[in-house]
Amino acid sequence: MKLNITSSPHIHSPITVKTVMWDVILALLPAGFVGIYFFGFKALAVILTCIISALVAEYVAGKVLKIEFCLLDGSACLTGLLLAFCLPPATPLWIAAIGSIVAIIIGKSVFGGLGKNVFNPALIGRAFLLASWPAFMTSWSPTVKFLSKDWFSLSGKIVKGKEIIDAVSMATPLGYFKEQSLTSGAHFFAKVGQGLIDSTGQVHKMGLWDMIVGNIGGCIGETSAVALLIGAIFLLGRGHITWHIPAPTIITVAILGYVFGSDKLFDPQMMFIHLFCGGLFLGAFFMATDMVTTPITPLGRIIFGFGCGFLIFMIRKFSGSYPEGVCYAILIMNAFTPLIDRFTSPRVFGKGAANG
Amino acid sequence: MKSLSFTGGFHIEEYKGSTEHLATEKMGLPSKVIIPLSQHIGAPAKPVVKKDDKVKTGQIIGQMQGYVSANIHASLSGTVIEIISVLTPMGRKSSAVVIESDGQDEKFYDASENQNYKDLKKEDIIKTITDAGIVGMGGATFPTHVKLVPPKGKEIKTIIINGAECEPFLTADHRTMIEFPEEMLKGIDIIKQFTGAEKVYIGIENNKPDAINILEEKSKAYKFEVVSLQAKYPQGAEKNLIAAIMKKEVPSGGLPLDVGVVVQNVGTAKAVYDAVCLNTPLYERIVTVSGNSIHKPKNIIVRVGTEFSEIFKFCGDFSLEPAKIISGGPMMGFSIPFIENFSVTKGTSGILAFSKEFSQEKEKYPCIKCARCVDHCPMWLMPSKIEKLGNAGLFDEAEKIAALDCVECGTCAYVCPASRPLVQMIRYTKSKIIDNKNR
Ligand code: SF4
Ligand code: SF4
Repeated sequence: MKLNITSSPHIHSPITVKTVMWDVILALLPAGFVGIYFFGFKALAVILTCIISALVAEYVAGKVLKIEFCLLDGSACLTGLLLAFCLPPATPLWIAAIGSIVAIIIGKSVFGGLGKNVFNPALIGRAFLLASWPAFMTSWSPTVKFLSKDWFSLSGKIVKGKEIIDAVSMATPLGYFKEQSLTSGAHFFAKVGQGLIDSTGQVHKMGLWDMIVGNIGGCIGETSAVALLIGAIFLLGRGHITWHIPAPTIITVAILGYVFGSDKLFDPQMMFIHLFCGGLFLGAFFMATDMVTTPITPLGRIIFGFGCGFLIFMIRKFSGSYPEGVCYAILIMNAFTPLIDRFTSPRVFGKGAANG
Repeated sequence: MKSLSFTGGFHIEEYKGSTEHLATEKMGLPSKVIIPLSQHIGAPAKPVVKKDDKVKTGQIIGQMQGYVSANIHASLSGTVIEIISVLTPMGRKSSAVVIESDGQDEKFYDASENQNYKDLKKEDIIKTITDAGIVGMGGATFPTHVKLVPPKGKEIKTIIINGAECEPFLTADHRTMIEFPEEMLKGIDIIKQFTGAEKVYIGIENNKPDAINILEEKSKAYKFEVVSLQAKYPQGAEKNLIAAIMKKEVPSGGLPLDVGVVVQNVGTAKAVYDAVCLNTPLYERIVTVSGNSIHKPKNIIVRVGTEFSEIFKFCGDFSLEPAKIISGGPMMGFSIPFIENFSVTKGTSGILAFSKEFSQEKEKYPCIKCARCVDHCPMWLMPSKIEKLGNAGLFDEAEKIAALDCVECGTCAYVCPASRPLVQMIRYTKSKIIDNKNR
């Protein structure tokens, strides 16, 4: 009989890094399906391109830089998926591929691979693309009818009568708000109630429900609050994420949106716009909770969440050219993570306790 | 009843189903016993028998050395055949007395009952406990006569009886509470009388409702308070138990005595009863034998010194080839290298045998900073950070973030999805910190 000698504990929870990663991917699927449903086949193409490029980049970087990696652990696949989720549906596939490669190599591999990176790799990829090809990255497709001809279009070009019109675009709700220098929530809803006009002159009406389920312009995976919430609840239940980051992020944006969102103070409709019309849920539940790049202390995570929420609102409200601030807000907070961790060590049991 | 708990910890799969409803079985006398002289925390006992000596059950064969030590008794009657060197389950080397049974089990003491412990003087009680070689039977094996006498300036106000049994698989304490409640309660009463404590709590995890019911009913006469605890690991760790029941934190580096508490295991309470009321020293205990390799998992009453190999035979041998055998629980127990010459000691609460599949190591990954270890550490430490500092040789830094407060419960390593060897590294780091201090 050959007996193994190991250090205690001798049993372990069945959860591994692999299960964590695949669970997060699973949690993202509902939002992915909704994105494909509303934006068409081209969204699926972007998603697949990102995932495949990420896997290839992971493999090549691993071999060249001699870092340990495992394609099946799901981490590269997840990075690709997350990047795709924050790209416009009609992103040219070669741009998507470059973004994915940058995300893996600059975002992760150069730091030494899994667990060592400072910034969220997917957001690094997105920030790089936004800086390099701003025109493509801010060209938003309107939603299309499921299984219509336009739904199957790969390029985002649209068929109108006999003509093929170049990639149709239309403002996202948040972008529209900024472009039009709207002043209040009521103003916004009056306008979108009449409908937004896309580059072909077609009118797209949208109501509250459309904004909640994701029938609005935006990035592939960010528009459906409902689908993202389903995934988030699953992750919370599995213990892969905790409330510490998403709750303060969302609450901060909601409160700031409510109080300072429009020109007058206290505009509840502005709160709604800030919650449902951008990438807040995707960011708060899936990007700001990226384990590697966020604080490990409970207090640190709460501070991180507040910081994200605050920056998201500030960028949305005050930056000249960016209607959406989720990506940069999280990247900025990522940079503070080591500092936050250092100053928020939990109180050790039995130290400085108020006993009584 | 509302179940109390502490902050941190984790609900670990319990695996108690295969033995929790099995009544204890008395294992027959083994043909020989191997009794280590170091079964407790403190100085090993000194052998007072030699080869060919005849001994009787309950006779002292190892005399305690100094105050923090414990007597060792023969666990059956027969002849000393040799004194050998063995490995104890904790990995220490110890000399051990090997006794060949004469099959008579002739007692050295007079086991006539003396239920009138109320008349006993304090000195008599503590002398009996000391002579009987009683140590903490939850696994810590700290000599009870030391634990019950507070140093000057400290006072025992509260006694907490630890019936949490939070280690997965183990059901020995559970069975003790169900099968020997009267003995246990009397043992507690003796401890209470001796220490002069005002209050007694009996803490039991709510996964043992039968034990809670029995003890609630029976302890009324004694005015002990039974407390239901959330089934969460490590609910039975002294500091966490006190935090759950009394909402008090034992200061870092301190002892339960610093908050006026002493914690005793249920098995220890029964051993006190046996010693004081039945004159019986500690040479026998309840052990849970379980794990997926064991053919017939059991709770057994077994003599100290019985070899593991004999115990496995008694439990129908292995149904699956074991790849790992553990003395104690799966979270804090020790894996042992072989089963011959390895015997049950006073601190052996469980013996577990796991097959290769069951004990397979998880895939290792770099730390992904998921913070699970931080969120679940019952001492509120940052295990991942201590591991990193320890790995980098930065022991001073590790001490600053309270590495020494780690109780080695294993919760962090259990929950870690990256399978970091957290406990192993923290243990090493702690030993380095202590080495550096002593230099
Ligand atoms: S549980 Fe493991 S992977 Fe997670 S932070 Fe702790 S050490 Fe790192
Ligand atoms: S082993 Fe130490 S560091 Fe790990 S959870 Fe237990 S007390 Fe905390």
